[in-house]
Amino acid sequence: MELLLVSLLNGLVYGMLLFMLASGLTLIFSMMGVLNFAHASIYMLGAYFAYDVSRHLGFWPALVLAPALCGLLGALIEMHGLRRVHRNGHIAELLFTFGLAFIIEKAVQMIWGLLPVPYRVPAALDRTLFHVYGTNFPAYRGFMLLVSALMFLAIWLMLTRTRMGLVIQAALTHPEMVGALGHNVPRVFTTVFAGGCALAGLAGVIGGNYLVTEPSMAFTMGPIVFVVVVFGGLGSLAGCFIASLIMGFVQTFAVVLEYSLADALAAVGIKITASTPLAELLTIPLPRIGALLPFVMLIVILLFRPRGLMGTRDT
Amino acid sequence: MIKPCRWKAFTLALAATLALAAGDAFAEGNIKVAYTDPLSGPFAQVGDQNLQQLRYIIDWVNGRGGALGRKFELVAFDNKSQPSDALLALKSATDQNMPFIMQCSGSNIAAALIEAVDKHNERNPDNRIIYVNCGAVATELTNEKCSYWHYRMDAHVGMKAETMVRALPKDVTRVYLLNQDYLFGQSVQRDVKTFLAKLRPDVKVVGDELIPVGKVKDFSPYVSKIKASGAQALLTGNWGPDMTLLIKAGMDAGLDIRYYTMYAHLGGGATAIGPQGNGKVRSIMAFHENIAVETGKTDTEGWTRQFRTQHKFDFYAAGFRTIFEFLQAAINKAGSTDPNKIAAALEGLTITDLLGHQVTMRKDDHQILSEYFVGVFTKGVKYDSEGTGLGWKTEVTVPAKDLDQPNTCKMKRPT
Repeated sequence: MELLLVSLLNGLVYGMLLFMLASGLTLIFSMMGVLNFAHASIYMLGAYFAYDVSRHLGFWPALVLAPALCGLLGALIEMHGLRRVHRNGHIAELLFTFGLAFIIEKAVQMIWGLLPVPYRVPAALDRTLFHVYGTNFPAYRGFMLLVSALMFLAIWLMLTRTRMGLVIQAALTHPEMVGALGHNVPRVFTTVFAGGCALAGLAGVIGGNYLVTEPSMAFTMGPIVFVVVVFGGLGSLAGCFIASLIMGFVQTFAVVLEYSLADALAAVGIKITASTPLAELLTIPLPRIGALLPFVMLIVILLFRPRGLMGTRDT
Repeated sequence: MIKPCRWKAFTLALAATLALAAGDAFAEGNIKVAYTDPLSGPFAQVGDQNLQQLRYIIDWVNGRGGALGRKFELVAFDNKSQPSDALLALKSATDQNMPFIMQCSGSNIAAALIEAVDKHNERNPDNRIIYVNCGAVATELTNEKCSYWHYRMDAHVGMKAETMVRALPKDVTRVYLLNQDYLFGQSVQRDVKTFLAKLRPDVKVVGDELIPVGKVKDFSPYVSKIKASGAQALLTGNWGPDMTLLIKAGMDAGLDIRYYTMYAHLGGGATAIGPQGNGKVRSIMAFHENIAVETGKTDTEGWTRQFRTQHKFDFYAAGFRTIFEFLQAAINKAGSTDPNKIAAALEGLTITDLLGHQVTMRKDDHQILSEYFVGVFTKGVKYDSEGTGLGWKTEVTVPAKDLDQPNTCKMKRPT
């Protein structure tokens, strides 16, 4: 019970961090058809910007300025890079962002160095919010939950209650039709890309001091975010939200549950001994492969439900 | 007016050319050491910091006469953490007749290098190369996989694990093991358990975990598990983000136990742990700057302080200085830079290191034997780490003779 509650909280916090990162990517992916490989790099830039801003102006201005900078950068990338490459199709765009990810990583290494930077949780939030059976729940995690929940609400309101949001939503499902109706689709693209980057930047501000701000943070965070986006389904913010939470819980509970395939087989009456074929594989406990489960889920969903959990359209 | 100017320019150019030529001629005589480690990619930081410290050390060794009046010269090759790239570096080194190749990071790369060096040396008796291992620590490399041409100048996992176990205070009886799921992490897991059974049978292992390398972003679930297990100490061989994120998650959740690590003292560790780690995090190490202060070695203290003032990070690679002092001693003893003679001279060689301890290159398996330390990350030390205000303080010193573990090496010496 104790472990269950703590794990639920852990899973929730991690899932929400994933959601912050994935929501921007899913908007960009659904809208423009570009799987933005540089998305996690923008997340990293968000963390580094926040570190620099917070050194001079404090954490709270950084919370606004760093995402704004990332958004601005995103707009520039879209207007001067992606749009140009767009003529050559999606593969070219994909490769463009792929290259961009490497360039950003190298740039970060050159500007801020190879070592982690001391980007820390602000003093006001550096305390314990409450105790769960003797485990501290830091105030900063509560703050993370709050920010991500507000973000979800804001995106949802923006998409459903504003004209811009309606156009974006329409473009999510029927991009050609929206263009045919005379909307300025390139501008919508720029806005979405910049917005997505700003969201990634925000995730960086929040995640950079929760985890560690270092040049390989993009590289390590990237794959899992793609899994969330594909798993959640194209064009669905709700799907992305649910997929994020599922990934958070799956990874958290996989660590806590000390079971293996052999245990599952034993429950249906099949005994595994050292001489059984593949005994090595079958007796690996779940925690050892927990971090790979999202990728297994990715493959399964691509095989059986290619449009994703709540996807509204194929491809 | 113009003429003298021209003459001046001409003389200058001539002087420059001569100087260059002289420089080249001089370079011919240098003792070249190929160094290969990741200098790009996610682990670039390791190679980069090693390189800066190596350069500092080489300048110092050369300042003291080098070896046989010749200077050491480091030639760096990026191996991107890939064995195949390390082999390219080896090829390049042997093509240029370099007597040494040095590699520190990754036991899988080390295993590939040992094999390739062995083959090369067998086929090319007149162009041999010595492999100086400065940090690939899988115990196997000086046991089953041992080679005459491989000299390991760092304590291996078994020795580090024993140091860790010896450092556990008497009142710690419940420990939790958490390691990375690959060759290195698994050998830490195995060796720590072996030495616990041998030296501390009263200690119970309440948790034993392997995690995929570099895949875990949020260690909170592990911390919850450790907490639930009632462990008094966490023993881990994790490095990089797997170590820093683990400790960070532990601090955040208020997991108030002893953290025993093998790599928290390396670059980036102090920054990531931060002031919260005061008095909790320990690291198994060959050196930290405050040892010199604690033992009154003022010359060594001054030497590392000078590194500090010239670089953005603190000096930790005392072992690298020992390596070059070893090479220097072996070349002088052999009276030649012929790898065959240097290798023979290195076997069983004993020198005094920068802390005044006797360090020996064991003949049986080419494993270095030296003092080892357990430091605790704490406030109130003379030299802090990475500007955090906290630094390392020696908690336990394990003498070299206690770490003289038996080996299973059946060394094949060239005839």
